[in-house]
Amino acid sequence: MSDAKITVRKLSVFFGQVQSLRWVTMDVPRNRILGIIGPSGSGKTTFLRTLNRLNDLFPNTHIEGEVLLDGQDIHHPGFDVVALRKRIGMVFALPVPLPMSIFDNIVYGPRLSGVKGRDRLNELVERSLKAAFLWDEVKDRLQTSGLRLSGGQQQRLCLARTLAMEPEVILLDEPCSGLDPISTAKIEEALTVLKAKYTIVLVTNNTKQAARVADDTAFFLMGEMIEYGPTPQIFTVPHDKRTNDYVTGRFG
Amino acid sequence: MRIPPKYTQMFAVTLLAGATLVTLAVLLFIIVFVLQKGLPVMSVKFLFTNPQEMGRAGGIFPTLVGSVLLPLLAILIAMPLGIGTAVYLTEYTRETWVTKVIRFGTDCLAGIPSIIFGLFGFIFFVVMLGMGWSLMSGGLTLAIMILPTIIRTSEEAIRAVPHSFREVSFSLGATRWETVMKVVLPNALPGIVTGLMLGIGRCISETAAVIFTAGSSLRLPQSGFDSVRTMAVHFYILAREGLSNENAYGTAAVLIIAVLLTNLVAYWLMHRFIARRTK
Repeated sequence: MSDAKITVRKLSVFFGQVQSLRWVTMDVPRNRILGIIGPSGSGKTTFLRTLNRLNDLFPNTHIEGEVLLDGQDIHHPGFDVVALRKRIGMVFALPVPLPMSIFDNIVYGPRLSGVKGRDRLNELVERSLKAAFLWDEVKDRLQTSGLRLSGGQQQRLCLARTLAMEPEVILLDEPCSGLDPISTAKIEEALTVLKAKYTIVLVTNNTKQAARVADDTAFFLMGEMIEYGPTPQIFTVPHDKRTNDYVTGRFG
Repeated sequence: MRIPPKYTQMFAVTLLAGATLVTLAVLLFIIVFVLQKGLPVMSVKFLFTNPQEMGRAGGIFPTLVGSVLLPLLAILIAMPLGIGTAVYLTEYTRETWVTKVIRFGTDCLAGIPSIIFGLFGFIFFVVMLGMGWSLMSGGLTLAIMILPTIIRTSEEAIRAVPHSFREVSFSLGATRWETVMKVVLPNALPGIVTGLMLGIGRCISETAAVIFTAGSSLRLPQSGFDSVRTMAVHFYILAREGLSNENAYGTAAVLIIAVLLTNLVAYWLMHRFIARRTK
């Protein structure tokens, strides 16, 4: 794990008086899938949203420690947040297509970055939708509203929208929490293909999902990172008793 | 003894339906009453000729022009200011006591009688700035008058846009401004248009503030610094001075139809915009 895409050092996050993350230190390795598991309220989502600085949108957020992307401190005053979010894409827990056509949803990010021209945009839309395993289902109705799709399709649209920005890192916040097993399988399939090109961080409430797709797994509990290692080790011979309790379902 | 739910239900439905019916009946009565008296007077000639003998005879053309120009000017001034303020308050500031004071202030301003705005407009625009009774004085005064309404309705509409839309936009590398222009405002549009229509309606129907600031000249204005008379003012003067009841009702009928048409056109445009985005 020497080749770190993102390096996190002693990261603590406060919302007002409440501390949501305590002294998290870890490396996110390049071109692998990092699964983050833990009960709700354990700080998984907060951790994820710190990586693309989306927590900045909440008032009274206070951050200590460092997050380095390719060695650069993302909280440095000179660091461009907008550029950061173009490099680190995010898929949210609930699929949120913007109320516009499928096509416009996908080119939303690229257009902001200055990508122009019918042909280039068409090509981008096709490539992104194919990578998200959605192309065959929507290729004949790209001009219909993204809201018309089913939940599973909407989430894959959101994934395609993130891919269209050609980011370096993809953050996924429980992307399958509201989806049926088949849609879930399609998203997982997409992720295992995508890791060749991207660094992926997957927060999930479903430990089995982490076991299936993640190369490395981190276990969070009450704002602390308890254990972090290769997925097989975490699920078979965890060092910490709390990790063992959680992955075997004895937690409570 | 407890009344059976079946009867409370029946009672509630009767009460609510009754309230709706009474409201509709009163509204309909007013419209039918005015149209019945006014429509016979209305004609193309009535709309497009100048009034004679202070409005006892002839048409209402200059007041029709006044009723178009004055609200148009007011809304052109108030729209960017109002929407801009609303966007600033909701998207660019954190909720603090300052924004609360500003919101309280606009709420209070929205409730102030229009004559107060008229008086202010008279003292400030007409006298102090020397604009005289004019289209400009009237437009600026009406703009100030409807500004609080536009700010508050726009603010509510903007606040109603789901926070998740903004997060998605930011996560896709949009700046705050791009998010406002591409996601927030288009989705807040129906609410904002409602606020603008309320503002236009208030301008069209305003009399007191208009007489104080735009005067009541029956001549066609040649520039922004000429006095104008609106249909509402014309109606008020005709009825109050007892000049011509027929022409007063004719003016009222035109006024009602004009308001109806503006609303229809505005909502039609809005629905076309929405339909294009979500087909």
